[in-house]
Amino acid sequence: MNIKGKAWKYGNDIDTDVIIPARYLNTSDPEELARHCLEDLDSNFVDKMSKGDLIVAGENFGCGSSREHAPLAIKAAGVSAVIASSFARIFYRNALNIGLPILECPEAVENISQGDEVQVEIAAGLITNLSKNQEYQAVAFPDFMQKLIQAGGLINYLREQAGEGNVSL
Amino acid sequence: MVEKILAAHSGRNSVKPGEIVTAEVDLVLGNDITAPVAIREFEKIGVDKVFDADKIALVPDHFTPNKDINSAEQSRVLRDFAREQQLENYFEIGEMGIEHCLLPEQGLVRPGEIIIGADSHTCTYGALGALATGVGSTDMAAAMASGQAWFKVPETMKFVFQGELPDWVGGKDLILQVIGDIGVDGALYRSMEFTGETIASLSLAGRMTIANMAIEAGGKCGLIAPDQKTREYLEGRTTAEYTEYFSDPGADYFEVREYDVSQLEPQVAFPHLPENTRGISEVGEIAIDQAVIGSCTNGRLEDLRLAAEILDGRKRHSEVRLLVFPGTQQIYRQALAEGIIDTLIAAGAAVSTPTCGPCLGGHMGVLAAGERAIATTNRNFVGRMGHPESEVYLANPAVAAASAVAGRIISPGEVV
Repeated sequence: MNIKGKAWKYGNDIDTDVIIPARYLNTSDPEELARHCLEDLDSNFVDKMSKGDLIVAGENFGCGSSREHAPLAIKAAGVSAVIASSFARIFYRNALNIGLPILECPEAVENISQGDEVQVEIAAGLITNLSKNQEYQAVAFPDFMQKLIQAGGLINYLREQAGEGNVSL
Repeated sequence: MVEKILAAHSGRNSVKPGEIVTAEVDLVLGNDITAPVAIREFEKIGVDKVFDADKIALVPDHFTPNKDINSAEQSRVLRDFAREQQLENYFEIGEMGIEHCLLPEQGLVRPGEIIIGADSHTCTYGALGALATGVGSTDMAAAMASGQAWFKVPETMKFVFQGELPDWVGGKDLILQVIGDIGVDGALYRSMEFTGETIASLSLAGRMTIANMAIEAGGKCGLIAPDQKTREYLEGRTTAEYTEYFSDPGADYFEVREYDVSQLEPQVAFPHLPENTRGISEVGEIAIDQAVIGSCTNGRLEDLRLAAEILDGRKRHSEVRLLVFPGTQQIYRQALAEGIIDTLIAAGAAVSTPTCGPCLGGHMGVLAAGERAIATTNRNFVGRMGHPESEVYLANPAVAAASAVAGRIISPGEVV
């Protein structure tokens, strides 16, 4: 899968409370959540971004609450991938499980500026900065996680198993 | 310790950090925010029944008693699913407590178990020597269907505490000190192990406060080895058999950090990250509008006792709202029996049925723009308790109670 879009750059420790504030968690409808994506960090993010754009952030992206509503909101807002120096572990699991592409790549984060055009080959973990004509290699996913990604998330992966009458990971 | 528990649950003799293993889980937890998403995903998998109706706990504790129509609809999803699947451990309003106070109290958490919960503070149960960690709703759904979850075996950081705790210093201050020290991603992907004579001296309540906030340093789990106090806590709560695991004397650690706590003062975490800690003497003049005592971090009986000790015969400052949230109904009743609730109400506190409400800015104590709260909760992110321009300062129950009296953040020693 190839992705191309504009980079929206943010700092370290972007927590799930600013990605989707708890006041909106009385619903789990992805479209409704998407309307408030990053609202407490960058109040009109949803209005100014275009479908396919990427979030580029520093360390510990998605720290805090386990709310899966955070990656759901990002995905439903039309963000094609998140590139970060590191991800908080629950966010990392959640993103893989729901099929939101994430890439861990400190070098990309260091070099990509706000507004750069960025292209990503997900399977290869290859990030190309079209504005600066640079390439960065993201950290490779372990085999098991690649299987999850290929299946399109954990539920699809399990569903394949359930088809054989045996639900196990 | 974490490696032994993972190996035992994945049919292996041993596992090494970095490996990915599939493990059998002993308990799967969800609440009224995360479980509705999990139930929706569960229904997509194509199985009719959960893997074991006794090993799933659903606790509607976040926006309950239902704060609005949407929340009521979400709670109903839990209730309907619990009935349909005949879940043993669904806790209706009136029996419900804040999940991480409730499950240990109900004897549903035992040493050596693996517990996953669709709530980040599931790591609380590490205080009993269980491998407990927060996951998202999809992981919860998969575990409800399969009884399994995937884990990357974490490296371990060991924190050794020596020395006797000074007055008004407790578990909250130990963990805030650690988070201030290593930062909010200082234990990212890793297991945290807490040990030493100070930990041994703490009650299970104090230990749970410490393990509860492992996630605020990015930790996968926060483990404390079981001891006689753990066994006494479990007596009368569970008849299930369990296995205790201990770290080997020569175990490999990513890092070992040692602390002498004999001079430690109460810690306060400034906005907007739990790592922004300062000793109480370094706080300066911070006026507050609200003091919140409770939550999965500090809503246990010992916490309420401590608050009552400070507030006995005193009144909240006229410009401070004082909110108290006992963690469970059992804690609430015990606090009533001991006269604690009466003392708190006499001091001007509003005492609520158990709920996570104010901690996450859900309901029952949301802050307006520019308002400041001192809270015994666990997070002080932007907008955590309400308006994005409000502020949260984290502290222990004694500091919160003293600050409610003074109208500003203050050391308990200055009030008592």
